[in-house]
Amino acid sequence: MLLEFQSVTKSFHDADGAIPVLRGVSFELRAGETLALTGESGSGKSTLMHIAAGLDAPDGGAVRVAGHDLTAMNDAALAAFRRTEVALVFQQFNLIPSLTVGANIALQAALAGADDPARQEMLVARLGLTEHVHKFPEALSGGQQQRVAIARALAAKPKLLLADEPTGNLDEATADQVLEQMLALVAQTGAALMVVTHSPTVAARMDRVLHLRGGLLA
Amino acid sequence: MMRACLGALVSHWRRNPVQLFAYLAGLALATALWSGVQAINSEARNSYDAAAATLSEGQYDQLVARSGGAIPLATYVALRRSGWMVSPMIEAEVRGVRLIGVDPLTTPVSFGVGDTGAAPELDHLFANAATARRLAGVAPVTVQETVGPNMAIGDIGLVQRLSGAAGLTRLFVLPDQPVTRPALQDVAPGLALQPSGQQADIGQLTDSFHLNLTAFGLLSFAVGLFIVHSTIGLAFEQRRGMIRTLRSIGVPLRGLVVLITAEMLFLALVGAALGVVLGYVIAALLLPDVAATLRGLYGAEVSGTLQLRAEWWLSGLALALLGTAAALAGRIWQVARMPVLASARPRAWVMATAARFRVQSAGAVALLAVAGVLFAVGDGLLAAFALLGCLLIGAALALPALAAMVLSGLQHRARGPVAMWFWADTRQQLPGLSLALMALLLAVSANIGVSTMVSSFRLTFVAFLDQRLAPELFVRVGSKNESAALRQLLDARGLEVLPLMSTSTRVAGQPVQVYGIEVGPTYRENWAFVDAGADMWDRVQAGAAAVVNEQLARRANLWVGDRVTLSPDLALPIAGVVGDYGNPLGQVVVAAPVYATLYPDDYPGQFGIRTSTPDALRRAIMDSVGLPDSAIIDQAEIKALSLGVFERTFTVTAVLNVLTLGVAGFAILMSLLTLADLRVPQLAPVWALGLTRRTLGRLELARAVALAGIVFVCALPLGLALAWVLLSRVNVAAFGWQLPMFLFPADYGWLGAYALVAAALAAAWPAWRLMRTPPARLLKVFAHER
Repeated sequence: MLLEFQSVTKSFHDADGAIPVLRGVSFELRAGETLALTGESGSGKSTLMHIAAGLDAPDGGAVRVAGHDLTAMNDAALAAFRRTEVALVFQQFNLIPSLTVGANIALQAALAGADDPARQEMLVARLGLTEHVHKFPEALSGGQQQRVAIARALAAKPKLLLADEPTGNLDEATADQVLEQMLALVAQTGAALMVVTHSPTVAARMDRVLHLRGGLLA
Repeated sequence: MMRACLGALVSHWRRNPVQLFAYLAGLALATALWSGVQAINSEARNSYDAAAATLSEGQYDQLVARSGGAIPLATYVALRRSGWMVSPMIEAEVRGVRLIGVDPLTTPVSFGVGDTGAAPELDHLFANAATARRLAGVAPVTVQETVGPNMAIGDIGLVQRLSGAAGLTRLFVLPDQPVTRPALQDVAPGLALQPSGQQADIGQLTDSFHLNLTAFGLLSFAVGLFIVHSTIGLAFEQRRGMIRTLRSIGVPLRGLVVLITAEMLFLALVGAALGVVLGYVIAALLLPDVAATLRGLYGAEVSGTLQLRAEWWLSGLALALLGTAAALAGRIWQVARMPVLASARPRAWVMATAARFRVQSAGAVALLAVAGVLFAVGDGLLAAFALLGCLLIGAALALPALAAMVLSGLQHRARGPVAMWFWADTRQQLPGLSLALMALLLAVSANIGVSTMVSSFRLTFVAFLDQRLAPELFVRVGSKNESAALRQLLDARGLEVLPLMSTSTRVAGQPVQVYGIEVGPTYRENWAFVDAGADMWDRVQAGAAAVVNEQLARRANLWVGDRVTLSPDLALPIAGVVGDYGNPLGQVVVAAPVYATLYPDDYPGQFGIRTSTPDALRRAIMDSVGLPDSAIIDQAEIKALSLGVFERTFTVTAVLNVLTLGVAGFAILMSLLTLADLRVPQLAPVWALGLTRRTLGRLELARAVALAGIVFVCALPLGLALAWVLLSRVNVAAFGWQLPMFLFPADYGWLGAYALVAAALAAAWPAWRLMRTPPARLLKVFAHER
């Protein structure tokens, strides 16, 4: 099993006290499988995804990804885990504005020690970015920037790709195009994919759909 | 991994070269002025040390001619024969070099050149390499780097031959004297004894000058650091998103912190090194003026050639790195504490800075309260500097909140939507510009403060020269007979004469000069007092009171009404405390008859003479009394010379003033340029609503001028407070005198105009760039909002 959540709980705290976000979530994801995580705003989707990425820690329960027990890892180990095992695609793209498209794509692979120019060229070509390789992100449209983010994520050959509303900032046609390309590349590389989305159309394209409501899987 | 991460971090500077330039230039400017000033101070102090090591003149009692001229050889021989253990010395000038001739066998002074173990060479001069080159062909010179700048030491016979000097300049009184030696008056009545310690200590005299330079250097350093602080803040905020992304894709926090710290410190080192080079150039350009000032004002010889001494360039580098580290520490701490999921809001830093306003304002109130306490109860130099520091930093911290209040008021009074938007938008820019505005506040207030102090000193000094140099001619006599003959001549001509008798002694535990005078109209009309009782001159004239100078009053805590003990049998009440800006020693002034009872053998050795025909009188004195031309001094020449020297001091101060203001202007320019990219999303909606790019550019210019105007209004009272502290607290604690404060409204008006022009010039380029921003770039703001 690539990803396992067992009775995971998580709360946030404000002036009024603790606000539970995840109340004991359990699910699994196999290698090569695609999963959509849906739910209303504030239902805990993004929190769940951040925990899976090792960006946030659960209050209780167990999380295992690619054989790693994330709850037992320190900051340095979690950073190494993020470099080599998972990759993230954000709604806001989060490209580095001072690096060119090519350098952005190469960055994560270089950090992971898996620099593979041929693979990067393949990703660039598949995502239609060849003519934009030497441009800076600010010169690209939203759809093009999201393609760069996907290429960057896949360049490091992750076992698990986590995407948080990857088409949320894109128009319908562009969103379709980007999603199509992402699914095709994931299938080609054998990675598992978990997508957080509000869009029923996006969810319908995944192997499975999990719905979060009130911090529990419905 | 680290290489890839470093590449990503460094790419920020490649994409933001103006920001990189601001960072390097801020550090370079901060380091330049600081290390430049330190280079000058270091060169001067090394020169003083070398001079002191060469000839520690001040350690020994000395005999000098009362007339100020040469001591005849016969007088020296008479003294030796009578038992006085004295050693002769000749001073002369050849090719602009001070030649000092001593008797190697008897001189008590540490020669400095005999330490090599070499046998004294009577036909050689000893000088440092630079001076030796100037003396090429005059005499054989042995190079000895420990000899002070612009001076050469040699055997008295050699110096006499080289200079053609007719007599001796002074005689050193050796420490061991026979008990039976006769009184000086009996053997050499034309000589006066100058006790050791009465000669001015060059280091002490020049301290005020160096303090002035150091204060400027420190201020410029602070202003430069504002630029650095501002740039570091902006660079970190702009890279917040990058840092989050790097962490989310697996760069460990510790590695990131180490890389950012190393990157920023490396750049700081580059900037500081550039600053040291720039500082060397500034110091080399200013050093001739500084050397001339120190020579003219204090008689201190300072080498005109700058040496690259580790003590100043290393301290410049170290201070720059420390300043950067201090600015960096807070940001690194923020990065270390920043959750990896923190939002990378593009204007987050502005919001964070706005939140800091409250903390800043609280800090400002606390510092100003401390300043108030120090003002009320503080005493001494440390308290005075602490007061200055609290005042300046407190006011700088209070500026953003104060400006926000003013802008809010202007916004509420504005008519029309554009004016309302203008003031509201200006207020929104405050967080981003606050550091630059604080730098401008410090620069302008320092200019006001220092120029007020210096100009007040100038007015006081000129008045002091008028007071002390009121007589048109000043004559020194060498004997009692000459004194009597001169007095007879002058009385016969019906001229107002100011005879002066003086003796060095100790009063109230302090080394002082006691003067005996004949009170006349010149004293009554010209002397200016720090404090004076009723009928002061009448009481002094009657022998019922004395006048002391401010230095003695402060050191011995003797003020009007107190009694000053001049001998076991004589203690006079103090009738007045006179301002004295010409020497570091205490003085007591009494009527001539009182002086005569104290020192019955003394006679007037100096005469001030009021005359409308100085040239004719000079000839008459030379013909009738037989005094040499060198014994008669035209006071107007001295005054012109003194003022000329004083003006050169102001040249240095003025250059530093301009440089400090320039650095502040540069701070504004850099802030506006680095903020320019952030301005586009704010201005695009206004442009879309119908304001042209040209109008927006003009408004940007007007905004900078308006903010500079607000800063100037705040800087004026701060600068005047600064001047007051410098004149009334720092001067008193450091140098023993208080200076009256004068106001110079026209100068402040010009300074205000310069500040506005500097702000307008700084804003011109960013405004021009805005006017030329392509519509496509403005439209992109809306495209990115999708």
